[in-house]
Amino acid sequence: MSDNSSLRTPSQRIAWAATIVISTLVFIFLIAPILAIMPLSFSAGSYLTYPLPGLSLRWYDDFITSPRWMNSLRNSVIIGVASTALSMVLGTLAALGLAQWKSRFKPLVLAFVLSPVVVPGVITAVGLYFFFAPIGLTGSYLGLILAHTALATPFVVITVGATLQSFDTNLARAAASLGASPLEAFRRVILPLILPGLASGALFAFATSFDEVVIVLFMAGPEQRTLPREMFSGIRENISPTITAAAVILTTVSVILLATMEGLRRRNERLKGGG
Amino acid sequence: MTAAPAIGADAQTEVPLKRRLRRAERTRQVKALALVLPLLVFLLFTFAGPIAGMLWRAVDDREVRQVLPQTIAALASWDGRDLPDEKAYAALAGDVLAARASGTIAIAAKRLNYALNGFRTILTSTARNLKAAPEPGTAKETLGKINPAWRERVTWTTIKDAGGPITSFYLLAALDLTRNVDGAIVAAPPDQAIYRGLFARTFIISLSVTALCLILGFPVAYLLATLPPGRSNLLMIFVLLPFWTSLLVRTCAWIVLLQSKGVVNDSLHWLGIIDEPLRLIYNRFGVCVAMTHVLLPFMILPLYSSMRAISPAYMRAAASLGAPPLTAFLRIYLPQTLPGVGAGSLLVFILALGYYITPALVGGAADQMISYFIALYTTETANWGLASALGAVLLLATILLALVYGRLVQGQQVTGGMKN
Repeated sequence: MSDNSSLRTPSQRIAWAATIVISTLVFIFLIAPILAIMPLSFSAGSYLTYPLPGLSLRWYDDFITSPRWMNSLRNSVIIGVASTALSMVLGTLAALGLAQWKSRFKPLVLAFVLSPVVVPGVITAVGLYFFFAPIGLTGSYLGLILAHTALATPFVVITVGATLQSFDTNLARAAASLGASPLEAFRRVILPLILPGLASGALFAFATSFDEVVIVLFMAGPEQRTLPREMFSGIRENISPTITAAAVILTTVSVILLATMEGLRRRNERLKGGG
Repeated sequence: MTAAPAIGADAQTEVPLKRRLRRAERTRQVKALALVLPLLVFLLFTFAGPIAGMLWRAVDDREVRQVLPQTIAALASWDGRDLPDEKAYAALAGDVLAARASGTIAIAAKRLNYALNGFRTILTSTARNLKAAPEPGTAKETLGKINPAWRERVTWTTIKDAGGPITSFYLLAALDLTRNVDGAIVAAPPDQAIYRGLFARTFIISLSVTALCLILGFPVAYLLATLPPGRSNLLMIFVLLPFWTSLLVRTCAWIVLLQSKGVVNDSLHWLGIIDEPLRLIYNRFGVCVAMTHVLLPFMILPLYSSMRAISPAYMRAAASLGAPPLTAFLRIYLPQTLPGVGAGSLLVFILALGYYITPALVGGAADQMISYFIALYTTETANWGLASALGAVLLLATILLALVYGRLVQGQQVTGGMKN
């Protein structure tokens, strides 16, 4: 290892070896539970134990043919897509505004905009429950979409804001000096450059909504139950292998999101390195 | 070109140009604010407003006032020393009759029972046995006969205290405090004093999880920051994949692993280490393991970014000046990681404080944290005042810690603790 050429003394080597051993154990701790649950979803038996009695797709079949699970998957997608779209509009506008706005109140406004991430989910959920019930927004898709948008928007503001920070404002000025209207400059110069940032913001927003369960727990009626919500009640009652199938489906979605995110990051780094 | 005319020209246009620039800048600022405004309005409706509403419920106290309006009015002038006068008794009799007719007596009974155990019985028995309005001058005697509690001062101070419109009752209760018959703040009776213990438990669990995350996360962050970028990016998958995996999937996975017939117990049994399955879940151990798993990436990522920023030149300089490796690590490297340690620990601690789902699914009755009780009082027992008061205390703790966190990460990357 090139970086280990400085490790000359035996004690340094031992310390480095210990770091590697501990880290490996921690990596196993982090990844093993997620890997362990996957084969169980392909089990032919109905107990969640190893060794598997045989392989079968019956639990996936169970998932796909169950109106309860399919309805929850559909709800997760509907609410996720809608709140992503809404938070992209609100978050991108705000990030653009915050990038230009100069005021001593800016840190305060920024703290307020980011606060939904930090405030415990139960507090937001209870507040929304009291606030939305009298105006008929509990037990409705609109209520959940609005709530998830509030949770997801900070991530959009952060990611888009970070992209804008590295954005060279001279390019917008150049466009203006060449006669582009502000809208045209945004569409043809700024937008293409910040697109990776927008895409990662959208991924964050979707992941936030897709994984959220506390607010759904308080606000969703039987019609609006999402995939995590169904898993929550499933885990409470008893864990059937169908839940492990749902878990594998959810994990697949996460892997796709993560891979897209990595791709975006790499592309961004290449652009930066090349430029 | 000589300098003189240029200076003259500048002097002529200086004032209007400055003013024009200022005006242009002001327009730009207004436009910038207009872009942020939609989000601010949106968050006011979907976040700040609801939370303000919840905080309001922690001090709002109008239930008794709505059910017993005349009684509250009659007690306004009562000094609380002796029993109230005949007028208050007559008012109460009138209110109880009216409340029974409209079916609202249970609302007041519930609220008064929070303050004085057994008040529900006092009020419902009175409502049941009071046939008609007492003759003038006999209300005190009539009510005292129906229920001797009306001859006790504490019954009346309880009503007066609950008369609203705002109260410190729920906030005091959330801190195991109450007001005695003379209105002084005293410790709550032991059977009701459960919340300080609950906050302590929430803090202890959060602190244990933070410590575990730091112990496990530090070597990993160090490894990732020390390896060449290509290799560390590859290993970063081990941190990011769990990070992006649904919380429910991870909690479910731990249940599958740790339950009595789960993978861990089966393996240990197969290896001959144990005869009886160990109890690994639905207890504190399970909560700590699952929460550490969920929150560990939030520790590793800020630690990693702070370690990445440490120049290896410092360590080489320390070595060239004769410092033994351990001394160099403790005195040069470690202090530079402290902002990352602080940020990561605070972030994990803040997130752990508000945890609900994981303890609810893998904890036993004695491992539930503050969020669980807020949810319980909101949806199950409908004690909204107490739920809101507990929420207010939790929110206050979170905000204070978040302010410290904000101070710590100032100057560091804003996204240090976030995904990506």
